[in-house]
Amino acid sequence: MAAVRPLIVVRDIVNRFGAQVVHDGVSFEVMPGEVFGIVGGSGSGKSVLLRTMLGLRRPDAGTVAIEGREITAMDDRELRDVKRRYGVTFQHGALFTSLTVAENVTLPVAEVLDLDEPSLARLLELRLRMVGLPLEAAAKHPAQLSGGMVKRVALARALALDPAILFLDEPTAGLDPIAASAFDELVLYLRDTLRLTIVMVTHDLDTLARTCDRVAVLVDRKVIVDTLEGIVANDHPWIRHYFHGGRGRAVRAAQGDGRGA
Amino acid sequence: MRARPSPDFPVSFSAQFDPAAARLMLAGDCGMDDAPVLAAALDAVRSAVPETLRVEIGGTLDLGPSWLLRALVLDLRGAGRQVELDGRVPEHLRFLDEIAARDVGSLPAPGQATFADRFAEFGGSLRRRVAGWYEALVFGGRLLESAGTAWRSLRRLRVPSVVRHMHETGVQAIPVVAVIALLISVISAYIGAQQLRPFGAEIYTVDLVTIGVLRELGVLLTAIMVAGRTGSAYAAELGVMKLNDEVDALEAMGMNPYEVLVLPRVVALVLVMPLLTVVADFMGLAGGALLTSYLIDLPWSQFVMRLDSSIGDTTFWAGMVKAPVFGLLIALTGTLRGLQVRESSRELGRLTTVAVVQSIFLVIFADALFAIYFLEIDF
Ligand SMILES: Nc1ncnc2c1ncn2[C@@H]1O[C@H](COP(=O)(O)OP(=O)(O)O)[C@@H](O)[C@H]1O
Ligand SMILES: [Mg+2]
Repeated sequence: MAAVRPLIVVRDIVNRFGAQVVHDGVSFEVMPGEVFGIVGGSGSGKSVLLRTMLGLRRPDAGTVAIEGREITAMDDRELRDVKRRYGVTFQHGALFTSLTVAENVTLPVAEVLDLDEPSLARLLELRLRMVGLPLEAAAKHPAQLSGGMVKRVALARALALDPAILFLDEPTAGLDPIAASAFDELVLYLRDTLRLTIVMVTHDLDTLARTCDRVAVLVDRKVIVDTLEGIVANDHPWIRHYFHGGRGRAVRAAQGDGRGA
Repeated sequence: MRARPSPDFPVSFSAQFDPAAARLMLAGDCGMDDAPVLAAALDAVRSAVPETLRVEIGGTLDLGPSWLLRALVLDLRGAGRQVELDGRVPEHLRFLDEIAARDVGSLPAPGQATFADRFAEFGGSLRRRVAGWYEALVFGGRLLESAGTAWRSLRRLRVPSVVRHMHETGVQAIPVVAVIALLISVISAYIGAQQLRPFGAEIYTVDLVTIGVLRELGVLLTAIMVAGRTGSAYAAELGVMKLNDEVDALEAMGMNPYEVLVLPRVVALVLVMPLLTVVADFMGLAGGALLTSYLIDLPWSQFVMRLDSSIGDTTFWAGMVKAPVFGLLIALTGTLRGLQVRESSRELGRLTTVAVVQSIFLVIFADALFAIYFLEIDF
């Protein structure tokens, strides 16, 4: 088998806030076309890690390279061009509150591409359909949406430019199980047919089991990366607690038939 | 998502419509970046409405472009035309068919504004205006209510909160208020001395500056500075709290947001305005003294004597009584506008601006009423 070059290489990342060390030498690689899960306790630095990989935060030490290019060494202009290849959703949605749903989803397209109105409307419909939003929602403002709808609009906006890499911060938090499983299917479809690479912070054990090829666990300011089976078999106390607690059991039960479904 | 041979050597995409041969040639891989090129070609086909169409696809199409192509194909087929897809037919079409089949309603039509729409819009703006007045009434009522209960118990007045706001809106504003007062009195002394010199009445510059500063300028400039500094801060603070549902959270915890958020701010500003006005008055007089001693060679002792004879018992108080009133107006406007913020960051910006403009307007309007009233009662 030909050696596949990793798409994202994270090396020895150190992140500090004052005296608090959040990451102390975090390294891992994300392969093209894989769904890469990031889990960890609340406050373990998942969101900070994601922001570092996106170039939104400069780490105190270490490097992040995407597609062979070191984004931690880029200046702001170079970084902006690279960022257009990613889709991102934030933990709290980060929709533009003064724009409608339609404007939120269309913004990335209208901003960089010179497209006519009918095409923009067609693309808007595509993105809303992809994430399973009712089309009537297009005229609404973010304040009029439920938490789960905000998540889906954010995902629709992240997909607007058909990105090569998706970074998702807790995409299924606040979704009902049906919407969450539709999300899982969408993720698998995007991975399988479009060979999209997806990096996803999630606490949803079902999503983790169904979609993620490999999982990074943030514990003790470091990271443990393995397949889900490997992680579940790991005997780190926190990991044992996480996967073998009451909620984890369902995952292991589902694991046999759930993966790749 | 683009399955290009290598991101370093992108094959550029091109789309050509040949009306004679009824052929649409798509060469190269088409990502969203190439969507405008594709859309232009599709538009050409759409306006030509050929009897038959062959689409020859040479590269991969991302989801967005595939969707645009699919829309055209469906439109043509719907109009009874023959369309054939040839070459590398995008594999997502099945997925797109699937999501297109989902019943999720239809996009709300933007459409032209009809007369009825305009009428409804007018009604809406009228309703919002009336609702705004109603909100102001409710605001006043609830504030009075919490003031009434706070009166009886010091704990309810939240002294630490009042002190914090007094520090932020008062103590921290002293430098800017002092400098502005000094500059304004220097300007008026300078202009006054220049205008009065031809009449040999330079000595009246002292009257002009002292009376002007004490009765009007000191308190008015302080109020305008405070409106810009604190009125906007009040509106923005409360507005962001509204956007984050913090105000609802307080209410849900059984606390009264008027007591916790509004009252301390109002009380603080009412207390602080007179103090700032004293600072402004003092600096204004100092500036006047400085400039008259320099411009018309009036020694300080002379200035003080002249000042003593020019101002009456009430001159200082005529300015001072206005200070708490102005403070009240600014605080009420700022907090009310902040609590009216709803839904969006644009609202926040708009209402912060409204808070500043309206509080300055109200201050000047109230000042005019005071002037007329003082004239009537000879104060
Ligand atoms: N801007 C910041 N300033 C100070 N501390 C921060 C900041 N952002 C995050 N932190 C801290 O970093 C840690 C990790 O945060 P985060 O990545 O948001 O956690 P999570 O894993 O729940 O997403 C937390 O302890 C948080 O308090
Ligand atoms: Mg987080």
